[in-house]
Amino acid sequence: MPRVLTGNRLETGDVLWWNGSDWSPRIADAVAIGDEGEALVARLVAEERINDPVLIDVTGEPGAFVPTTTRERVRASGPSVRADLARGSLSVEVI
Amino acid sequence: MDNQDQQAVAGAPTPALDDAPARLRLRDDAPFESPIAPLADFLAGGNFAAVRLEPGDDARALIPHFGRLKLIEVAFPKFRDGRGYSAARILREAGFSGEIRAAGDVLVDQLGFMRRVGFDSFAPNAPLDPGTVAATLDRFPHVYMKSSDGRPPVWALRHG
Amino acid sequence: MYRYDQYDQAIVDARVAEFKDQVARRLRNEITEDQFKPLRLMNGLYLQLHAYMLRVAIPYGTLSGTQMRMLAHIARKYDRDYGHFTTRQNIQYNWIKLEQFADLLDDLSKVEMHAFQTSGNCIRNISSDQFAGAAADEVADPRPYAELLRQWSTLHPEFSFLPRKFKIAVIASDTDRAAIQLHDIGLQLRRNDAGDLGFRVYVGGGMGRTPILGQVVRDWIPVGQFLSYSEAILRVYNRYGRRDNIYKARIKILVTELGIEEFTRQVEAEWALLEPLGLDAPQAEYDRIIAQFAPPAFDPAANDDLDLSDPDFRLWVEQNVHPHKAPGYAIATISLKPRAGIPGDASSAQMDVIADLAERYAQDEIRVTHSQNLVLAHVRKSDLYAVWQALEAVDLATPNLDLVTDIIACPGMDYCTLANARSIPIAQKIAAKFENDIAEQRDIGELKIKVSGCINGCGHHHAGHIGILGVDKKGEEAYQLLLGGSGAEDASLAKILGPGFDENGIVAAVDRLIAFYRSARAAPDERFLDTYRRLGPAPFKAAVYG
Ligand code: HEM
Ligand code: SF4
Repeated sequence: MPRVLTGNRLETGDVLWWNGSDWSPRIADAVAIGDEGEALVARLVAEERINDPVLIDVTGEPGAFVPTTTRERVRASGPSVRADLARGSLSVEVI
Repeated sequence: MDNQDQQAVAGAPTPALDDAPARLRLRDDAPFESPIAPLADFLAGGNFAAVRLEPGDDARALIPHFGRLKLIEVAFPKFRDGRGYSAARILREAGFSGEIRAAGDVLVDQLGFMRRVGFDSFAPNAPLDPGTVAATLDRFPHVYMKSSDGRPPVWALRHG
Repeated sequence: MYRYDQYDQAIVDARVAEFKDQVARRLRNEITEDQFKPLRLMNGLYLQLHAYMLRVAIPYGTLSGTQMRMLAHIARKYDRDYGHFTTRQNIQYNWIKLEQFADLLDDLSKVEMHAFQTSGNCIRNISSDQFAGAAADEVADPRPYAELLRQWSTLHPEFSFLPRKFKIAVIASDTDRAAIQLHDIGLQLRRNDAGDLGFRVYVGGGMGRTPILGQVVRDWIPVGQFLSYSEAILRVYNRYGRRDNIYKARIKILVTELGIEEFTRQVEAEWALLEPLGLDAPQAEYDRIIAQFAPPAFDPAANDDLDLSDPDFRLWVEQNVHPHKAPGYAIATISLKPRAGIPGDASSAQMDVIADLAERYAQDEIRVTHSQNLVLAHVRKSDLYAVWQALEAVDLATPNLDLVTDIIACPGMDYCTLANARSIPIAQKIAAKFENDIAEQRDIGELKIKVSGCINGCGHHHAGHIGILGVDKKGEEAYQLLLGGSGAEDASLAKILGPGFDENGIVAAVDRLIAFYRSARAAPDERFLDTYRRLGPAPFKAAVYG
């Protein structure tokens, strides 16, 4: 199962995904992370600029990854009860 | 989020005799440097003038021995374990006027509270920034409640 | 209402400066997140699913129009135009940025507000009765004592790194509108035969993983000594509360493990040492604070009649308005449970309207209730119609107080990192079945449904007549059903009825419960809870599981 890297920006709390070279606010930009993931997370933790960096399981193809847990789907889409505040990153429908 | 990691501090091993100097001392008398005994050794009758309290130790066990104590070091194996605050205050309430030192995981943002409950020296694991220390200790112009530092609570200021 | 003097303001200003400094050090990486987290938590700042969440303290749930307008301003300027009023009588914002937090705190401090000690292992915001100062059944206004506690507990140097969070509630009547037996300390103000005021002190209540009702540790402590007595309780807890297991760290576990007798003995021994130290505030300070809560000058000539010819208004009055101790006045509850709404949420525009109404018609006071509604405590009966019309215009006049659609729900998995399941959609789906038929709701009568998204119990599910608890079932959202809880003076803990459900299943199960209750109640005015208590779980279980 593919994994992607996510975390929250320290300054803003924004939910972010790793696009291979930088952070993106859209899960659609996320890249699958291989064995280098753990080292990447360790580095990010040490850098102290991204809060709670973590690798999460997703299904689907790059550009359309969908997290396997409801929690991560909610993070990617926005609150399911406030469609007006949706991130536009993942459809609220998939929650 | 609220679930802060709280490991078993009670079972933490007692460090060996510790004679690292305090890095911050807010007393006028000469620093006292001598071996610091764990509470059990001290109570067993060794000839010590300094003792170390772990978080689970009962500070009141020292009350009969204040006469021969110059320094009581209170261990903070984890900064989140607040038992040491009660220990210091109990010691001051019981009349101890020697040095009470906070040692271990002592963070600069805790100094204000520690000072209030009666600590007057600090041996933190990580060095403290002097500028931040000064700002922290001077932070609050008033306090709401009595503690061990003799500061009058605001109700005393309000009503003279 | 209590107004800050120079000392209160100086302490808040210093605290804001301190936290600004801490934020700056964090942003410069001079401290780690691990070190910063407890500091930000003690300033009410969490990291949640979508952003930082801020919890602003509303001491004992009382605020002025100016303060409410500031809450609206905060929502507009720093958040997404809304806030969530919580069961702890606070407000939470869900989209806060750390880098703007210093400005936000400055704004709050301009109206004597802050976010201190709304999280973290310290003494939290003090809660109280939303009808304080207006209820006919109180022995005195409990809020001066809540204010004394607020001051005593603010930046308490000994009790800022407790084993766990610590919640105190104060009431002054036999009717308990603040769930005091579900608090770490619950204080009931009483008057003895000599006419003196004192507290009955409950200790060790709480919800979460192990719900426990508070027990009486002292039947009478004179008001003049309740601060030193509280100090003794906190000291015993700080020294001996468990720190090896976060789920056993609340004072309720210490009280249970020691037994109430031994716990009481230790508190009394500690108090004997503390009481002589002069920790209690002097009478002059009591008098100063009590004077600030002096009842407004009620107009003795206020008209006590009410024109109920408008049927919709009448409905609202019957459901959402309570009698006031002064003739010609009434207590009006503003429902934050509108049709298809989110329990406890209010928009900036709604907050502004409420602020205006409070200033114009309600002695400039608003209360937050633990069931996530708001209260205008002192409204002239002759103004009620105007108030109702203004509320109606912004969807704040739903006549459903204490009815099946007046559901408590925590933020759940739509916002909360700790959640197992969503709470809000469950509340909405249950409410949707009844919200178009107010007559049916009134026929069902008082029914308190409370939904939590995980075992922490922020939605008070243990105190629900019907409690719903979100659980994780192999990665799927699932819900347990509990019955028979109460957070009122007849406090009891709800018990699990049987196997859990998925989202649609739990909604259908509640439906079946209500249908069964209506067929089984002994009289039309027997509440759901009373029918349950009379019949026990078996027939309810049969009705749900068939
Ligand atoms: C969204 C972020 C929130 C987080 C992370 C959070 C966290 C927690 C945790 C961990 C507990 C369990 C404490 C324990 O058992 O020791 C708890 C309990 C509680 N929370 Fe929250 N909470 C949140 C929101 C809320 C909200 C929105 C409310 C009000 C609606 C609330 C009110 C309460 C209450 C009343 C309790 C029960 C207190 C008790 O156990 O005695 N919390 N919360
Ligand atoms: S009950 Fe659980 S899900 Fe709900 S707000 Fe509390 S911690 Fe979050």
